Amino acid sequence: MSSNWVLACAANDVDEEDVLGVELNGQKLAVYNTPKGFFATDGICTHEVAQLEDGLVIGTVIECPLHQGRFDVTNGKALSAPVCVDLKTYPTKVEDGDVYIDVPV
Amino acid sequence: MRNVAIVGAGLAGFSVARRLRELDYTGAITLFGDEGALPYDRPPLSKGSLKASVDASGATLRPSEFFEENQIALRPSEPVLGIDTTARTLQLRGEAFAFDALVLATGATPRALPNAIIRGLHGVHGLRTLADAQRISQAFGTAQHALIVGGGYIGLEVAAAAAERGLRVTLIEAGPRILGRVAGPPTADAIRAAHKRKGVDIREGVGLSALVGTDQVKGAILSDGAHVAADCVIVGIGIDPNVTLAKSAGLATENGILVDPTCQTSQPGIWAAGDCAAFPMADQITRLESVGNAIEMGEVVAANIMGQSRPYAPTAWFWSDQFDLKLQMVGLSPGYDRIVTRPGVNPDAISHWYYAGERLLSVDIINEPKTYIIAKRLIETGKSPPPAQIADQSVNLKVLLKS
Repeated sequence: MSSNWVLACAANDVDEEDVLGVELNGQKLAVYNTPKGFFATDGICTHEVAQLEDGLVIGTVIECPLHQGRFDVTNGKALSAPVCVDLKTYPTKVEDGDVYIDVPV
Repeated sequence: MRNVAIVGAGLAGFSVARRLRELDYTGAITLFGDEGALPYDRPPLSKGSLKASVDASGATLRPSEFFEENQIALRPSEPVLGIDTTARTLQLRGEAFAFDALVLATGATPRALPNAIIRGLHGVHGLRTLADAQRISQAFGTAQHALIVGGGYIGLEVAAAAAERGLRVTLIEAGPRILGRVAGPPTADAIRAAHKRKGVDIREGVGLSALVGTDQVKGAILSDGAHVAADCVIVGIGIDPNVTLAKSAGLATENGILVDPTCQTSQPGIWAAGDCAAFPMADQITRLESVGNAIEMGEVVAANIMGQSRPYAPTAWFWSDQFDLKLQMVGLSPGYDRIVTRPGVNPDAISHWYYAGERLLSVDIINEPKTYIIAKRLIETGKSPPPAQIADQSVNLKVLLKS
């Protein structure tokens, strides 16, 4: 499958240990700046409709702002109740201070 | 430990089973339920589920494969009739079931109105189970005028759903104001205003004297003498913990099944979690009726069955959805002497911060999940930002978290 790198934001648009919501190709995504680097996932929680951009990032974990579902943003794994469905993740790269996400066409 | 039995297949019982497997417990787990269904999520029952036909599968916590893969033996139609604490067996309809550890997650039952008020009339509903929600949703399809008895979260959420289904709605609260037990005055004001805008007739300080009708309910006489039309009545006046099984087995009970800080009952090796469990919190015996309590207490019980001796010290958190209001709360406000208001970024958002002196006790947030998640972290970590900073909209809350 060929990659489709899309400019998401400037790296310094996202504070350290924080998250930014972006919309690429009509799709809501969340970009995370973590101690382990930049990551990207779907922007909506898998439990109920909640914007993960409003959540809290601690290390590489995002906590959903509605019902406290938690996900590891490096692999999308659902870590705690009530969520049970993993988050979809997307490859990221940082070039010249910009964050790119590989979004399927 | 070879054999864990869990009585009650709601969220608390389910959380015990799930966490035991996450902790690599390899013995048997048997989950006894009496609703004949896979464990499901109750919050939608008073919210989205009432807006249309209730889908029985939509709220399932996990698909049936999860229980097979994790070797959790689910017996969803198996009422437990008794506990023999000496033989360490459960009495079922046709057998005695041996356990090494037992968890009581028996939940609670909605309080009913006395029969002197209901007078045997049809069309009166409580709300706890999927079956209840299905009945109410169906009734909303034909009813004209709903009377909601009780201005707590269940009553208000059902009132909102009924109004959105096009019914005329009257809500009565016997106490001086709605949400008297569970939210501060400014939050109650905002919720009341939202209901008024949508045409819900809220009457506070008014009780129910009698229902009227022949066979089917037609209306109600209120404690102030007023008559209201009502062909559908929903009662949301609180729940009582299900303690009968524990009590008849000789376990200590008192507004719930009494547990110690590790969630163990008065009998070693018998634990309790969720709505039914009364636990020590800040020098008081407390029950928390919430999703968070069901999940987190269940997880602590699982850890302690595995020998971890973890104390249960929860941060209370709740949420409620009514019309376009998303209300979230964290902490417990009793004892507050000051309310600090923080305007939201959008005009429909606001938060109220309850302080005792300089100490932050709780926060009610309307339509701003981003503020909620930070408030929750502040309370969990015991941080009390200066009230002046909270009131200042230009102060970034995340900065307070890191200070």
